[in-house]
Amino acid sequence: MALYSEKVMDHFRNPRNVGVIEDANGIGEVGNAKCGDIMKMYLKIEDGIIQDVKFETFGCGSAIASSSMATELIKGKPVKEAMQLTNKAVAEALDGLPDYKMHCSVLAEEAIQSALEDYQKRTGDVILQEE
Amino acid sequence: MIYADNAATTKMSQAAIDKMISLNNEVWGNPSSLYGFGQKAKEILEEARKDVADVIGAEPREILFTSGGSEADNQAIRSAAELGRKNGRMHIISSAFEHHAVLHTLQRLEKEGFEVTLLDVHENGLIIPEEVEAAIRDDTCLVTIMFANNEIGTIQPIREIGAICHKHNVIFHTDAVQAIAHIPVNVIDDNIDMLSASAHKFHGPKGVGFLYAKKTIRLTNLIEGGAQERGKRAGTENVPGIAAMATALKEANEKREENAKHLTAMRDKLIAGLSAIPHSALNGDAVKRLPGNVNFCFEGIEGESLLLLLDDKGIAASSGSACTSGSLDPSHVLLAIGRVHDVAHGSLRLSIGEDTTDEDVNYMIQSVKEVVEYLRGFSPIWRDLQAGKKEYIL
Repeated sequence: MALYSEKVMDHFRNPRNVGVIEDANGIGEVGNAKCGDIMKMYLKIEDGIIQDVKFETFGCGSAIASSSMATELIKGKPVKEAMQLTNKAVAEALDGLPDYKMHCSVLAEEAIQSALEDYQKRTGDVILQEE
Repeated sequence: MIYADNAATTKMSQAAIDKMISLNNEVWGNPSSLYGFGQKAKEILEEARKDVADVIGAEPREILFTSGGSEADNQAIRSAAELGRKNGRMHIISSAFEHHAVLHTLQRLEKEGFEVTLLDVHENGLIIPEEVEAAIRDDTCLVTIMFANNEIGTIQPIREIGAICHKHNVIFHTDAVQAIAHIPVNVIDDNIDMLSASAHKFHGPKGVGFLYAKKTIRLTNLIEGGAQERGKRAGTENVPGIAAMATALKEANEKREENAKHLTAMRDKLIAGLSAIPHSALNGDAVKRLPGNVNFCFEGIEGESLLLLLDDKGIAASSGSACTSGSLDPSHVLLAIGRVHDVAHGSLRLSIGEDTTDEDVNYMIQSVKEVVEYLRGFSPIWRDLQAGKKEYIL
């Protein structure tokens, strides 16, 4: 039995949306080197839509795959929808993660939340409070 | 595939496989049975005991066959502890980077009232004999120090430590699982009272090992039952496995010097090649280390990703990162030599074998370089280091 699902390995080997957005208007970084996982998310949001998203990750295979999948799940989506992203959705989209790796998907959720909070702080955007 | 994980396990030698198969086919009797067919198995068992004893300079009756290194470690430590308890000596000295078979046994003894001193292994992964002597007390019943470390391969000054123990009348045990048949080991010359070994680290089968215990030491059973192994280890003996172990041990020991020469050359070439990767560091002393062991830390990356990508390139290796250890902390060995968590997560162990070629070494160096560079390319830590926002550790 392989350690990871094929989907995890695919996103680990060919991570989507890797890199930096120079003019990002929302940046979030979570985790710490002591624990062995750091994720950094860059968002470019226009008109309430996530036009672009990129990530950088220091971590294990599932951390890299979770970051990659999380960016795919929110790219092109309204901010409101991105706010709803859960670690469970990330893990499910990857066809599951081993139990002791679930924290990687949590980190991906938190990295996106953190980037969205940064965006709100920078722009004073009140998209979330509108409804 | 380039197999660079010989410290985890080795491929069985053809002679050992042949021995195991032929015995399973032809001499499958119970060595405790009286009839000739059983006694034939007994003969093979005792031949194996003599062969094993000869390699390490022991007497056959001082060799106890076990299920492997962990059982031998457990029984050695437990036996010395029980002897100590009887004499009111309940202090044990060991080191911070022992195998878990030793450390966890010691933790259990601590719960039973024993006191354990774990010696510092210093930045180079070497124990200082004078520090062993300084730690010995009137109530010390055992010193247990591994011959060579399983992760970073450093070879301890066993002979000196043994001499100190004998001077103070303390039993000296060594976990020699990584050392036997790789470097010279002789229980008399090296002042060893008890020694643990495992067959699958020297091209023998898994599930077999042995404990050497000087004949004056009374062993405590871990497994109660029949009178096998002089009554010290119950259970019908794994004759094919034991005989295959003896075959592998003799073979590996005969080729030891020749193998070590080749391995050392390959090892040093690997070390030189990997040292060229910026912000990397060799773990453990460069000279006093096993011929086939290479262990590095690379700053800014995590070990599991490194292993998975090396696997894609056909290289089987291991790491001391938390993700590969199944716990939140990276390797206790790397922490013991003073590597901080941040870099301990980015470790790689390449334990090469006798069949590793010059070409393999070049390929490994090139592959590790590529993968480290690739992973650093999207590591937020590496970005901060490069931007001067963080200080390099290595």
